[in-house]
Amino acid sequence: MISTTTSQDARPTRADALRVEGVSKQFAGTGAPVLDGIDLTLRPGEFVCLLGASGCGKSTLLSILAGLERPTAGTVHVPGGSAALMFQEPALLPWLTATRNIELALRLNGVPAAQRSARAAELLDLVHLAGAGAKRVHELSGGMRQRVALARALAQDRPVLLMDEPFAALDAITRDLLHDELERIWQRTGRTVVFVTHNVREAVRLGQRVLLMSSRPGRIVREWTVDIEGHRRIEAPQVAALAVEITDHLRKEIRRHAV
Amino acid sequence: MPSDSTVRTVLQAPATEPSDVDRRLEAGLDALQTVDQNRAGRVRRRLTGAWPPALALLLLLAGWQGFVALGLKPRYVVPGPTDVAGTLLGLWHAGDAQTALLTSLGRGLAGFVVAVAIATPVGLLVARVRWLRVSLGPLISGLQVLPSVAWVPAAIIWFGLSDATVYFVVLMGAVPSIVNGLVSGVDQVPPLFRRVGRVLGAGPWQQVRYVLLPAALPGYVAGLRQGWAFSWRSLMAAEIIAVGGKIGFGLGSLLEQGRELSDMTTVIAAIVLILVVGVTVELAFFAPVERGLLRRRGLSAETAR
Repeated sequence: MISTTTSQDARPTRADALRVEGVSKQFAGTGAPVLDGIDLTLRPGEFVCLLGASGCGKSTLLSILAGLERPTAGTVHVPGGSAALMFQEPALLPWLTATRNIELALRLNGVPAAQRSARAAELLDLVHLAGAGAKRVHELSGGMRQRVALARALAQDRPVLLMDEPFAALDAITRDLLHDELERIWQRTGRTVVFVTHNVREAVRLGQRVLLMSSRPGRIVREWTVDIEGHRRIEAPQVAALAVEITDHLRKEIRRHAV
Repeated sequence: MPSDSTVRTVLQAPATEPSDVDRRLEAGLDALQTVDQNRAGRVRRRLTGAWPPALALLLLLAGWQGFVALGLKPRYVVPGPTDVAGTLLGLWHAGDAQTALLTSLGRGLAGFVVAVAIATPVGLLVARVRWLRVSLGPLISGLQVLPSVAWVPAAIIWFGLSDATVYFVVLMGAVPSIVNGLVSGVDQVPPLFRRVGRVLGAGPWQQVRYVLLPAALPGYVAGLRQGWAFSWRSLMAAEIIAVGGKIGFGLGSLLEQGRELSDMTTVIAAIVLILVVGVTVELAFFAPVERGLLRRRGLSAETAR
């Protein structure tokens, strides 16, 4: 059975959690299902990292949550009706300036023309790019592009923000900084975040919960609650310790596929 | 159920540092990772770029004059640059050059504008509608290969010696190029941009208006550029072949008149005028438009360095 329930209320409430129940996905003509019986509930405002090796279907799950693909079975409930999505590539439109990219998202979200420019300026300021609004995409560094992409995703004004390996293509210094940025913005905006990555330390650095997925078929096989109080640096010993434990499980999962 | 195997581990650790982003660190990184485009450098590069073609033109003219000075051929068969310049001045004083220029330019422009008006909706439909694409695509590519001069005899039979003949040939030359340019422009739009449009909540029309059309613009402009070149060529071919009747006197007619009178200097003068119009439209309009378009998108050679 396929059904997608939507809600008009954009304010997250306890009852309005992101719920995934028994979601499976099988592409026509191929053998094993990509996703098999995924159950997942996110508290409003929760930050969850989805971790897994290649082929575990984490991007497919994200596409289903974003409404770009339909599950073969199961139900999905996304508060606010649809979710904002950030890609691995900044995916900014190169013929528009940073400001115009954000304004387009506002326009497509039905924000009246009179409010767009002020709102776009606010969002650029939120990602610390107040001075770069007039720049075109190619004049921005990779990190700045992803911050504009984040501002654009926030412009969609959805309670749920989906992120598909958004920092995978960045250098380590920039990535560290963007972890801080994202954490700050998450705390300020109260978004529910589903963050897909294959970087274990990144998952531990950011997530309140880390979910490990198996590959072919994609299932959630293990779950960790990361309870590190306050600011955690990626180099912190607690982060490293948990990352080692999770990596061991991830490797065990990958070894199962050896022939 | 996979949730049976789900294990929950809780890791507790003390607080470390307050969660505060170092803005100076971030600003420093932004400054290090972006390169400023400077405008002056661009102007200087363009000026430096103008020298080689100018020098080549001068050398060509000098070589031509040198060959004529050797006296191997009579001047009425191979006239020199000075002879041609003299004829051009004469044509200018008589007003023939201006008449021919304005007539041809007016026709070329009008034909081009009509071609754009026809080709743009056709191109969009062919690019977006699958069955139109499958059925008409090969035909339009074929039409682009067909020299539009081939339409002149048919046009004369249908429309007689009138301006309609000239415009018909121009349209048959320009429309397929513009359609093809637009179709390939739409084809080259990265699928990621369409996904972005969908994620941002664009409806079908908004997707075309805000994503597809702007993304396809470079291909469209390349098609327009080629469409103009085809218009101009077709126009000259039509004017050379279809002379007399109610057809006005254009550059092609001037060229044909020179041939009839065996006046080589007029023939070359007409060729020079045709060439100058083509190069001027290219350099003064299409080249800057295309360059600006690519530069703003970070696609030009200057920004790729």
